[in-house]
Amino acid sequence: MIDLSAISIKEARESLKNGEFSARELAEAALKTIEEKDPEIRAFLEVYDDVLSQADLADKKIKAGEDTPLLGIPVAIKDNMLLDGKRATAGSKILVGFIAPYNSTAVRKLLDAGAVIVGRTNMDEFAMGSSTENSAFGPTRNPSDTSRVPGGSSGGSAAAVAAGMVLGSLGSDTGGSIRQPAAHTGIVGMKPTYGRVSRSGLIAMASSLDQIGPLGKTILDAETLYEVIRGQDPMDSTTLPEGAYGEEKGFSKTIGVPREFVEAEGMDPAVKNNFGRVIEKFKSLGYKIKDIKTPSLPYALAVYYILMPAEVSSNLARFDGVKYGLRVEGENLLEEYLQTRGEGFGIEARRRILLGTYVLSSGYYDAYYGQALSAKRMITAELRKAFKDVDLMLTPTTAAPAFKIGEKTADPLSMYLEDLFTVPANIAGLPSISVPAGNVETDGKNLPVGILLTADLGKEDYLFRAGKEFSGEAL
Amino acid sequence: MDKQKVLSLGKLARIGIRDEEAEKLSHEFEAILGYVGEVSKLTAKEGDINKEEMLSRNSMREDGSPHESGIYTERIISQAPGRQEGYFKVKKVL
Repeated sequence: MIDLSAISIKEARESLKNGEFSARELAEAALKTIEEKDPEIRAFLEVYDDVLSQADLADKKIKAGEDTPLLGIPVAIKDNMLLDGKRATAGSKILVGFIAPYNSTAVRKLLDAGAVIVGRTNMDEFAMGSSTENSAFGPTRNPSDTSRVPGGSSGGSAAAVAAGMVLGSLGSDTGGSIRQPAAHTGIVGMKPTYGRVSRSGLIAMASSLDQIGPLGKTILDAETLYEVIRGQDPMDSTTLPEGAYGEEKGFSKTIGVPREFVEAEGMDPAVKNNFGRVIEKFKSLGYKIKDIKTPSLPYALAVYYILMPAEVSSNLARFDGVKYGLRVEGENLLEEYLQTRGEGFGIEARRRILLGTYVLSSGYYDAYYGQALSAKRMITAELRKAFKDVDLMLTPTTAAPAFKIGEKTADPLSMYLEDLFTVPANIAGLPSISVPAGNVETDGKNLPVGILLTADLGKEDYLFRAGKEFSGEAL
Repeated sequence: MDKQKVLSLGKLARIGIRDEEAEKLSHEFEAILGYVGEVSKLTAKEGDINKEEMLSRNSMREDGSPHESGIYTERIISQAPGRQEGYFKVKKVL
């Protein structure tokens, strides 16, 4: 049987073209791996019933000489992306029974590129969380250690790739939800520049921050998926045309490290030591390392936990028991709203909607939301200024490796701190990638950790280039 | 932040909250608001910001010919928990 964990998308495409195996054999291997591993990992909420017929169609196209970037490649999508005619729940009870009436743009682009879409993956409810424990359908487990979380919110998409169930997947990243699970499962995860990838058909969480992006085993796999899904879309007015991000200044192999920001927080000693080795490795590859001063960065997470809930409270108003999904009958319309939303939303969704309602309410708006918007502008200006001197900013992706299931559920604030290093890129709209950076030993287990490279607006190519050099992939 | 405040937020947000949950949430909100309140320290020097660097704008699509009326109605309405012909059905408001 084909071992999906041992081949990249590029290698699979070569083998499909050369006839070493068929798309059907590849899809059968994916399904078999899911059958063997997923009862424990629980990466998938649903494996579609038409996977083999999708693969047969790909085989026909391959025979006819078609050569699209993902032809015959098994991929998974996060449960908040619409695929026409299939269920989508965003990990929530409130959307049980909902059938997507159209394709999200990103998924349509996967289909156009020939991908075989295997299923939809588990996630924290409405992408609110850093562990998948907030899924209404139970947590996903980390393939490296099944007593631990895979990270989140795109934890299912990350675990499916890491466990060799698919060759790549899509996630969404509002504060780190692609990059943090990628780091915790030892794979590559990338958040494109805000405006690069259409969110049409993505179930919205916080619209000024949400981006769809790829997860894969190699930088090239992530890049291949990104190239497929990117581009301006008339169905998402925030997507920008090519060339909107300004002049190319040329790659000078210069990396900035916000040392004070990285060292100020309580970092796991093993992660800290590993980060030191990462810097040395970049130096040995001919990169210049500069210390950059970013005094506003430590505030990014606080800004995030004002702006995001505010937008959540507005975006999730649409789930009202009228248009789709769950309705809990009540005495009158108001009672139905209260009961449907009270029972349909899990605790974290309720928590964030209430918090967002609070920061937007009269008398608190200026102190919280207004201040946070102003702080967002400061953080953005500071980071963009830093990128005049460096190509990339480097930090660890997370301060510690994956934590145990249940470890942080009682304390929401400690869970929120998981996003400390990943959030600044969302606040400033910057492209950012988590690259595997080896393993550290924790409680006798060897757990993967990641490093985070962030670039100026529109400079995804810098992320891929430095990521490939660091990982020893061909440029 | 106290229990009553959480209950009234629940009403504003149209989310039914039980008393004991409101009590628990009020303590969590204290901690979270204490943390996010830190942003007030950042806003003193906003004059430094170059607004040109803020890249958020809308790109509008052509205001072209719309699709034929009603062709998506069935797809959309078929998702509704309650319907009557081509309409969403809800309890009376007044």
